[in-house]
Amino acid sequence: MSGAFRIPRAGRLSQAKTARFSFDGQSYTGIEGDTLASALLANGVHLVGRSFKYHRPRGFLSAGAEEPNALVQVERDAARKAPNIRATVQELYDGLVAQSQNRWPSLAFDIGAVNDIASPLFSAGFYYKTFMWPKAAWKSLYEPKIRAAAGLGVSPDKPDPDHYSSRYAHCDVLVLGGGAAGITAALAAAETGARVILADEQADFGGSLRFETGAKIDGQDGYGWAQAAIAKLKGMDNVRVLSRTTAFGYYAQNFVGLVERVSDHLQSPGHDLPRERLWQVRAKRVVLATGSIERHMVFADNDRPGIMLASAARIYLNHYGVAVGKNVGVYTANDSAYAAAIDLKKAGVNIAAIVDLRDHPTGPVIDEARALGIEVNFGRAVIRAGGKLRVTSMTVQPKNGGGERTIPVDAILMSAGWTPSVHLFSQSRGKVAFNDETKRFVPGIYAQDCISVGACNGTDGLSASIDEAYAAGAKAAKDAGAKTAKGTKPKVDASESWSRGMLGAAPGAGPDKTVKAFVDFQNDVAAKDIRQAVHEGMRSIEHVKRFTTNGMATDQGKTSNMHGLAIAAETLGKPIPEVGLTTFRAPYTPVTFGAIVSHARGPLFDPTRKTAIHPWAEAQGAVFEDVGQWKRAWYFPKAGEDMHKAVDRECVAVRTNAGLFDASTLGKIEVVGPDAAKFMELLYTNPWEKLEPGRCRYGIMLREDGFIYDDGVVGRLAPDRFHVTTTTGGAPRVMNHMEDYLQTEFPHLNVWLTSITEQWAVIAVQGPKSRDIIAPLVEGIDMSDEALPHMSVREGKICGVPTRLFRMSFTGERGFEVNVPADYGQTVWEALWAEGQKHGATAYGTEAMHVLRAEKGYIIVGQDTDGTVTPNDAGLDWAVGKKKTDFVGIRGLTRPDLVAKGRKQLVGLKTKDPKVVLEEGAQIVADPKQAIPMKMIGHVTSSYWSQNCGRSIALALVAGGRDRMGETLYVPMPNGVIEVEVTGMVFFDETGGRLND
Amino acid sequence: MLLIRCPYCEEERPELEFRNAGEAHIARSANMAGESDDDFEKFFFIRSNPKGIIYERWRHIHGCARFFNAVRDTVTDKFVMTYKAGEPKPSKLPGAVK
Repeated sequence: MSGAFRIPRAGRLSQAKTARFSFDGQSYTGIEGDTLASALLANGVHLVGRSFKYHRPRGFLSAGAEEPNALVQVERDAARKAPNIRATVQELYDGLVAQSQNRWPSLAFDIGAVNDIASPLFSAGFYYKTFMWPKAAWKSLYEPKIRAAAGLGVSPDKPDPDHYSSRYAHCDVLVLGGGAAGITAALAAAETGARVILADEQADFGGSLRFETGAKIDGQDGYGWAQAAIAKLKGMDNVRVLSRTTAFGYYAQNFVGLVERVSDHLQSPGHDLPRERLWQVRAKRVVLATGSIERHMVFADNDRPGIMLASAARIYLNHYGVAVGKNVGVYTANDSAYAAAIDLKKAGVNIAAIVDLRDHPTGPVIDEARALGIEVNFGRAVIRAGGKLRVTSMTVQPKNGGGERTIPVDAILMSAGWTPSVHLFSQSRGKVAFNDETKRFVPGIYAQDCISVGACNGTDGLSASIDEAYAAGAKAAKDAGAKTAKGTKPKVDASESWSRGMLGAAPGAGPDKTVKAFVDFQNDVAAKDIRQAVHEGMRSIEHVKRFTTNGMATDQGKTSNMHGLAIAAETLGKPIPEVGLTTFRAPYTPVTFGAIVSHARGPLFDPTRKTAIHPWAEAQGAVFEDVGQWKRAWYFPKAGEDMHKAVDRECVAVRTNAGLFDASTLGKIEVVGPDAAKFMELLYTNPWEKLEPGRCRYGIMLREDGFIYDDGVVGRLAPDRFHVTTTTGGAPRVMNHMEDYLQTEFPHLNVWLTSITEQWAVIAVQGPKSRDIIAPLVEGIDMSDEALPHMSVREGKICGVPTRLFRMSFTGERGFEVNVPADYGQTVWEALWAEGQKHGATAYGTEAMHVLRAEKGYIIVGQDTDGTVTPNDAGLDWAVGKKKTDFVGIRGLTRPDLVAKGRKQLVGLKTKDPKVVLEEGAQIVADPKQAIPMKMIGHVTSSYWSQNCGRSIALALVAGGRDRMGETLYVPMPNGVIEVEVTGMVFFDETGGRLND
Repeated sequence: MLLIRCPYCEEERPELEFRNAGEAHIARSANMAGESDDDFEKFFFIRSNPKGIIYERWRHIHGCARFFNAVRDTVTDKFVMTYKAGEPKPSKLPGAVK
């Protein structure tokens, strides 16, 4: 048995295929093809949720993506707990487990419902008014409590074990919406041979043909025609048909984002299938056939479970074979609700009464309803609904007042008319136009190559929609470059049609300020709240929206926007178009983060770059740190060593014997060409023309504003060839900066730039024994100090492979940087390592490298500089060519602010207590006793324990720093003030003699 | 995602392949060191930030790597045209432009 409310012979599902599921721990049986909503309704369950603010009991409003109420948590296992799933969209599978949300302790008895009684406190804008004082309470008290009370499900607390995929696609014609109009447009376009993609958010194509029993096309019932047409389209090579696929965003130049729900409907998806697939489609033409959404009637307590859209009841009956009640009332201002009543009546359900707000409607559906013996009342309103956990009655009154009559019902179907779904059109930046006659916003001015057809275009009637869609589909294909269609237009044999309905509040919605006649169910916005917003001074619909939160929930106001707008317009006494429509934004329905990030998570989130020597460091037990995308060996702990001990040992070893350091991540750019030196003159502050081949120079690169952009040692290999090094993190932007100037400002220079970062592995060998380690392995290079002095470079061979051997130092010791082709990096490293073992060498990591360079006052761009530091500020004025007439930054350097007194300058700091290591980033003051906020005169940029100096050392940017040598300054910290002395930047070997020792 | 025509590749390619490089047709002085404070301010700091047509530099960084110029409408985000670096600012723009 698949539910007491399943009607034999109604609907299209096979009764034989049952599926068991549970909701809030209770077991039920449904049928394959059900949604969770239809399966629950088949079992007589209407109460499925509690509302956001007032915790009012809620049931199903709709049968589709517009559902504001029936949000549930669907759980597959401990890691797969998806909150806020619309039960009207979730397809049933055997074993599905769902829970209701936002209730405690249970759905039927929810403590939070006290908010409903206390609701005068929670009227529009209450967040802004109520929780203002004391200010500090917002963060600690109000916000956490409000968030806990106004919940929308519980986020999963484990990493998402599902995987998601992503595809790009191109097509001539993208048709969005697979109802009668969309299918027709796709057929017309496909027949031309154009590449067509047709997408629909439902599992089943057909749109409103799924419930419109009166439609007949090409001799078949409408739904049957739709299925046949889809089968035909699926059989065509030039057509891709996507079901369960929601177009959520329409972006520039016909770029449309779609999410395909691949396996949420499957009992055991298996790991081969992604959960969802993101489609990023670029279409030459887009046909929008997104249909329309029925509106509810706005009257008192219109949110009671059992009160739903008339079209929803029709889908539940005609597609799923489920009656939404046994004694059903109807409240309408529109013909379409009659069709629902007629279908239910014919299926054996009692229709208690139809209450029609209109005075004298006429038409075949009204005649048919009467002929079936249904009581029809004109000019009357349902002024309130009875019942709490389920509707029990509707109270009817003539719309201009008079005697009340209460009719017992167990469900109420409502229809205030239909709102064209212009969401995607509006997202495409098209401008909507208000049709005053039909009271609808319809597509007006198009901004992109798209066209709207059918109900979303405000086109009434199946026949007119199909005519329009067929022409549009053929034209779209032709505009995209296809031939003229050869097919035949579908012929409409019979159809349903209905007139317009109403916007805004019905008589049962007040003016009483206590009446809760809901406009926006998901955010608990009632008609009175919108009136109140206007009375409190909101004039624009955008302000009304934000003040009341109307339309701001996850359903984006699909059912509420037009009602809210009409009530605001009425209260303002202005016509609707003057009040304006709020902007439709992507996504149309909520999109999971999983679908958006796809495979780009975990190790695939960002590329990981490893040097050629990485495996060796890993085998040695190095601890790595991330530097941009690079993994760099941070330190090499020996057994029992913590980081501090390892770094101390590495630092001492380098200055005692020697150290090997993997410097491969250094950015490297080869600057080649007849004008290479001229180019270097322009890009760096230093003079280059006179630098002899075979010599190196420390170069500084500025931005045009005069601030340091990058630095590095540059070797001149030949008159026309420079080997430029950059900071590890700066390599790409330096390359971009150089290319920019070369291509756009100095295109007359004959220069080629090549990134060689990954081509050369770099092994720094530093320390008094460094030459002894390298020399035995080198061929063709004279290693004597005379032939290879500090700051020189030679090409030759090491271990039989080519090398660019730099004599340079970032430690202050005699040092070399051995560049070898990356493929030989590890081999040469191992050879050097073996040689180094004879001389007591150690491997050192980036932390020791930082300490060693700080001991010598060598700066790191980006650590000791921050984009506001000039060469002079950094004590590097010597590197700026004084006779040069141009280089990038030359004018910036003479800006008044950059030559002003009192600029922050890099200096050394020594703590009075040598054991105290300052915190990098700590602020510096001149007078620690001054009142807070203190005047901060600088900050610590680098700070380390130096085992070689036997004390802590630090670099800092301090206002007027070089004039403060010997001064005592103060670093206020939470645990007390630290006294420091301003010193020079060099803490070790001030004369620099060790470079040549 | 926008499609941008690279004037060197002579193809429309997705925006992901490109990087914006700021306003175009701001020439660096041949006598940079001699610029007045006012002129340097105009050159380095002042940008037009128009509502409507803007002349910009773009780089096909994940393609041919060339810098080029583009005319774009800041209201619609639409590219009106692109042209090679060094070519003069177009005096006439194709199509109807606000």
